Amino acid sequence: MREFGAFVKKEFYHILRDRRTMLIVLVMPVVLIILFGFALSTEVRNVNIAILSPSPDPTVRQIAERLDASEYFTVTQWLSTPEEINDAMKSGAVQLVIAFGPHFSGGMLSPEGSQMQMIVDASDANMAQSYTSYASGIISAFAGELAAAGDENGILTQVQFLYNPQMKSAYNFVPGIMGLIMMLICAMMTSISIVREKEMGTMEVLLVSPVRPIYIVVSKMVPYFVLSCINLATILLLSVFVLGVPVAGSLAALWLVSLIYIVANLSLGLLISTMAQQQVIALMFSGLLLMMPTMLLSGMIFPIESMPWPLRGISCILPARWYITAVRKLMIQGLPMMYAWKEIVILASMAVVLIGASLKKLNNRLE
Amino acid sequence: MTLKYLLEKEFKQFFRHQFMPKLVVLFPLMIMVLMPWATTLDIKDINTIVVDHDATGMSGDLVQAVNASSYFRLRDVTDSYEQVADAMEFGDADLIVEIPSGFEQDYVRNGSADLLVSINTVNTTKGVLGRAYIQMLTAEFSAREPSPAQAAPALVPRLEMFVKNMYNPLLDYKHTMVPGLMVVVIMLLCGFMPAVNIVQEKELGTIEQINVTPVTKMSFILAKLIPFWIIGIFALIVSMLLAWLIYGLWPVGSLWNILLFAGLFILTMTGMGLIISNSSSTMQQATFVMLFFIMIFVMMCGLLTPVASMPDWAQAIAAFNPTKYMVDAMRGIYLKGSDLADLWREAAALAAMAVILNVWAILSYRKNR
Amino acid sequence: MEKEIVIHADRLTKQFGNFTAVDRISFDVARGEVFGFLGANGAGKTTAMRMLCGLSRPTSGTGTVAGYDIARQHEKIKRNIGYMSQKFSLYEDLKVWENIRLYAGIYGMKDAEIARKTDELLERLDFTRERNTMVKALPLGWKQKLAFSVSIFHDPAIVFLDEPTGGVDPYTRRQFWEMIYEAADRGITVFVTTHYMDEAEYCDRVSIMVDGRIDALDTPRSLKAQFGVHSMEEVFQALARKAERTE
Repeated sequence: MREFGAFVKKEFYHILRDRRTMLIVLVMPVVLIILFGFALSTEVRNVNIAILSPSPDPTVRQIAERLDASEYFTVTQWLSTPEEINDAMKSGAVQLVIAFGPHFSGGMLSPEGSQMQMIVDASDANMAQSYTSYASGIISAFAGELAAAGDENGILTQVQFLYNPQMKSAYNFVPGIMGLIMMLICAMMTSISIVREKEMGTMEVLLVSPVRPIYIVVSKMVPYFVLSCINLATILLLSVFVLGVPVAGSLAALWLVSLIYIVANLSLGLLISTMAQQQVIALMFSGLLLMMPTMLLSGMIFPIESMPWPLRGISCILPARWYITAVRKLMIQGLPMMYAWKEIVILASMAVVLIGASLKKLNNRLE
Repeated sequence: MTLKYLLEKEFKQFFRHQFMPKLVVLFPLMIMVLMPWATTLDIKDINTIVVDHDATGMSGDLVQAVNASSYFRLRDVTDSYEQVADAMEFGDADLIVEIPSGFEQDYVRNGSADLLVSINTVNTTKGVLGRAYIQMLTAEFSAREPSPAQAAPALVPRLEMFVKNMYNPLLDYKHTMVPGLMVVVIMLLCGFMPAVNIVQEKELGTIEQINVTPVTKMSFILAKLIPFWIIGIFALIVSMLLAWLIYGLWPVGSLWNILLFAGLFILTMTGMGLIISNSSSTMQQATFVMLFFIMIFVMMCGLLTPVASMPDWAQAIAAFNPTKYMVDAMRGIYLKGSDLADLWREAAALAAMAVILNVWAILSYRKNR
Repeated sequence: MEKEIVIHADRLTKQFGNFTAVDRISFDVARGEVFGFLGANGAGKTTAMRMLCGLSRPTSGTGTVAGYDIARQHEKIKRNIGYMSQKFSLYEDLKVWENIRLYAGIYGMKDAEIARKTDELLERLDFTRERNTMVKALPLGWKQKLAFSVSIFHDPAIVFLDEPTGGVDPYTRRQFWEMIYEAADRGITVFVTTHYMDEAEYCDRVSIMVDGRIDALDTPRSLKAQFGVHSMEEVFQALARKAERTE
């Protein structure tokens, strides 16, 4: 046990001596969680639109005013010929053009009715649909008012928004950002810890010492575990007090699942470290090859249900996927821990398997 | 020309490396083959449970309508709320429709009836779309089965709306993501690889030997940059070919414009990588600093969520993000056929950043201190 | 005949914050000399040498190397010197001939000349078999010999060697010093740091640094006479005892 203490101390010195890395590791989550917590959002906002109307028309003007008054759209251009549409869109100046036929006001009350067309820049397919449905919503409401059919008819749906009644984007993205940041920092920090000693030749010294490999592995993890706990605490404080995303459920449960997640990622980094021959390889692997799958496949932004099955399969082996699901349940929905037992069990088994694999790898080096 | 000898060295080192050449091929492959399929925000098949307290012909029709809609996946129909109370908590359902008893009676007699809908809005998009879908469904439903109690409206304004999806008529989200993912491929390769390159020579001690030679800063930095320019263009070509083979996507606009933008963007990223490499003392430091910027670049470039949806202060930060200009340009050229006349702002912004960062990179390399 | 001075240091000082690594050292080295630069670990040898090579700027004091000012004309100095650092500094992932070609090319030699001189060198070192060997596969002694040969491949006026024989067996060290003498015979001035005292005996003149200052400077013979001892080892012990700094 004495040797173990000495080992842990040595690892702490490594970290504390490299002030700049430590600063980055501690400040990075702060900046990222604030930046992304506010900036990541898929709500329709400030979309520039153009109105195409061959002749001045009072109703068209009213519709344009109505669209402009909403927070979703800003009317930035008035076009008079269809030829102008392509130019306005190609440069990205507008994303949506609403084209009205001639004599729009008059036509509306005639039996034939009036026609309008929404031309949307579908180069962003994900948002294009939202743009048109928001715009048609506003226009239909306007048309409804014109009809003065104010009575409540038909089926009246009363919609109740659960868990996130103010519809804040941060509620959706904070768990994902937490998962991503913690994973990259944990995995990258430990991924070079063993390979660096290999490169410097000090690994041999550790391996010939009487310390058992399990202690070497654990002593490598302890300091980074402490750092990660500090990071987790800052992330949670920021999300509650700056982003206004409360911890709706039990804080203890959230910490438990987060600590398991941290251990899983630290072990993932260690496994990379035992396998890589050079620091560059370990860093490129943990930086390049872990970041994109985690960003895109873990459900932090793109819903897993909408993915084709092979990708859903891949997402199952990402620790971040289970962590994000668990955090959504425990932190946002405020459910008791039993609702996240599946995620907790999966994350814990991942941690055990990863530690086991890196131990095995380390033992193989001894023979 | 000492540059020739330095370049020879860089290329030999690169091609001999056991991992880097593989990375340059495998990384575009992984991103282009797998990732586009994952990137839809489109919400279909919302898991739905209907609690039917009414159990009449009409409520049955409504359940049928939910079942038939492609937006909902009907998981269960019950007649008591207790049975499904924790379905949402377990994640089995994101939308619960409750049909109150007396639904049919109210609708036939009074012309209006209530429907209670609860939506899990942790994912806000799901919330907004879920509400829109259910309202659309009920509107269609009541149009199909009008209540006899409802007075025929005297004069309803008739308005027909058509939607035309320009540049991507089938709204294929993969086409949206592919040009942007190409940018990510270039960015990660040309950002991380130079960032560790000079630090690695520092850690190995070889840079010391170079620094006592009469090598000029210019040729040393150029020898470091040129291989990454070639690697970046290579990765781009691989990605473009994959996009064409797998997704049938080929740029509508000119290839020369793509090359021009890729050139400017690669210059920007490699310049930045070298600055970080010059000012770091360990590879770990360099990688973490680069990671910090790359995360911001990816998340705030408009690829994952639109820049216009960000708050104004975040948009101001995004204005300094080279990746944002590059993603706009690539989408424009690939899908819309935009040319330089449309994209001159993006080109100018990238060119300015490229010049500033590369001058900085050369200045920040110090042969003595 | 007045000997030509190729290295001149006048009250050279280097401070890192409050720490004075090199404290007002002054000395001259003449052309063709083998000049030993001795000192305990942390005495400031490497820092002093790095200033002379133009890798580090002096805080105060002046110096010239090959007639150029070390503060202002360091890039000109670099054309005229060779350097072999303490850390092994050839590219491990390049072959023997590729390392030679790289450095020769950097010093502006032409392809044909490089090829000819590479053959000559490999022949002389009895290294021809290893021409295509990756440097990381060579034993340490061979690596050091190769690094030295590369550092004088472009026939510099002066070569700086920072502990060139660290970790090398006695036999190879002997060979190494034979190479140093050969270089000196060709008129190359050799500036060498070491902490092997037997090596100090091989030098024309030695200086001994203690705590950033030069405490003794003369031929090994006069130094031994001055201290009344029989070996450089004893001279060094006598001086090192005064040191206050530890590493």
